[in-house]
Amino acid sequence: MSATPLKQTPLNAMHRRLGGRMVEFGGWDMPVQYPAGTVEEHQATRTRAGLFDVSHMGEIEVRGPGAIAFVNRLCSNDASKLVDGQAQYSALTTERGTVVDDLLVYRFGPEHLLLVVNASTTDKDWDWITSHKGEEDVQLSNRSADFCQIALQGPSAINILQTLTETPLEEIKYYHFREGKVDGVDAIISRTGYTGEDGFEVYAAPGHAEALWQKMLDAGRYGEPDGVLPCGLAARNTLRLEAGMSLYGHEITEETTLLEANLGWITKLNKGDFTGREALAHQKEEGIKRKLVGFEVTDRGIARDGQDVYVDGRLAGQVTSGSPAPYLKKNIGLAYVPVEHANVGREIHVDVRGRKVAARIVPVPFYKRSRQ
Amino acid sequence: MANVPEGLYYSKDHEWLKVEGDTGTVGITDHAQHSLGDVVYVELPKQGESFSAHDTFGSVESVKAVSELFLPVAGEVTEVNESLTDEPEQVNNDPYGAGWMLRVKLSNRGEVDSLLSAAEYEDYIGSLE
Repeated sequence: MSATPLKQTPLNAMHRRLGGRMVEFGGWDMPVQYPAGTVEEHQATRTRAGLFDVSHMGEIEVRGPGAIAFVNRLCSNDASKLVDGQAQYSALTTERGTVVDDLLVYRFGPEHLLLVVNASTTDKDWDWITSHKGEEDVQLSNRSADFCQIALQGPSAINILQTLTETPLEEIKYYHFREGKVDGVDAIISRTGYTGEDGFEVYAAPGHAEALWQKMLDAGRYGEPDGVLPCGLAARNTLRLEAGMSLYGHEITEETTLLEANLGWITKLNKGDFTGREALAHQKEEGIKRKLVGFEVTDRGIARDGQDVYVDGRLAGQVTSGSPAPYLKKNIGLAYVPVEHANVGREIHVDVRGRKVAARIVPVPFYKRSRQ
Repeated sequence: MANVPEGLYYSKDHEWLKVEGDTGTVGITDHAQHSLGDVVYVELPKQGESFSAHDTFGSVESVKAVSELFLPVAGEVTEVNESLTDEPEQVNNDPYGAGWMLRVKLSNRGEVDSLLSAAEYEDYIGSLE
């Protein structure tokens, strides 16, 4: 741990007032859970609504005539396919096709993109992006301190948020956004999230964070049995894991390629050149050697991050994320295994503190919400 | 404030010990269950296993984390709380009652003198905050 003081989001005092248990996360002082507890927070998000402070995420603005070409050269997905008001999941890649970070690319206009990156990697990403500036005519600015970001997620999220805005939320499609007012203040309203539920991520000036958060709690009838719950990092993690989403530093790192991580769908090898394209094209042709799979523990026991995975008695890989899944009521995880063993139904074993616990490879996502 | 009942012995690892004759009952404290959060899994030894003082006798897991369990005093396990297999949440709901974990036959009754009293444990957890 470094001696530098932890960074705080504009909601830090609010988290403490709500009884959040604060922990260090990627250099930030963040709530890991509130008094309701991780399981309740998780269930609230699956069945009603959960409120998350994600203001620690970084925002990097790319402006200028070369904005799309620049982002397309650094990122794996095809930013030229975006229309105004659309967002795209993408990745910053190394020359080896591994991952500097995963991110969302928002298109405000043909010459105006916003990259939303992970909190713990914001500084690294900023250095990477600025040091890879090339011929394109772009202006880059690190806008991370200019936004708070609040995620309201769950089946009730749309109805709760609609009471605070005149923007017709039903018209915003998944992975699209609008600029509008929420509680009377300028905001970006994005139909995105990291929970596997329908929901929104609202960006606004940090000075409005407390009022917006409080309004969302009130509109969601926080405190009543069927009300919204504020959710900490622990619930955010279990929700994304059930939904089969990768977490940077776990499933995806500078040592894992996009293809190994099942992110071929954001790897557009035919869009033109980008950092890592050659390596990824080569790997695609040769075939990957290991692959990220989902598993369900079939014995008693909980697999955890970093534990060894055995196939046929031989060390075969590692768990990247392992946890109880509160909604599914199973113990699940993601792990890298050799591609020849990466088939659904295959039995593997996880070394849980010296005990070999049986698990079975299952399809990912583990949880998929039912759509109306 | 964490509940710290009188009449029990406490360890700095946040286990409690209730002594009746040469039998000790062991569990984790209210402070410990609160720090852990929702307990979803408890792993306990088998009846008949013997442990030295401070040995790891099992583990307790919340959604987020694993914590090892340490036996405050030496003993042989005479009974384990099997109901925690299906209802681990008893550790949160009633840490000094239904959430008990083990009964042991104490190997050395004198070892309890090295443990903390309720007042001492209360001071100790106060110093951690």
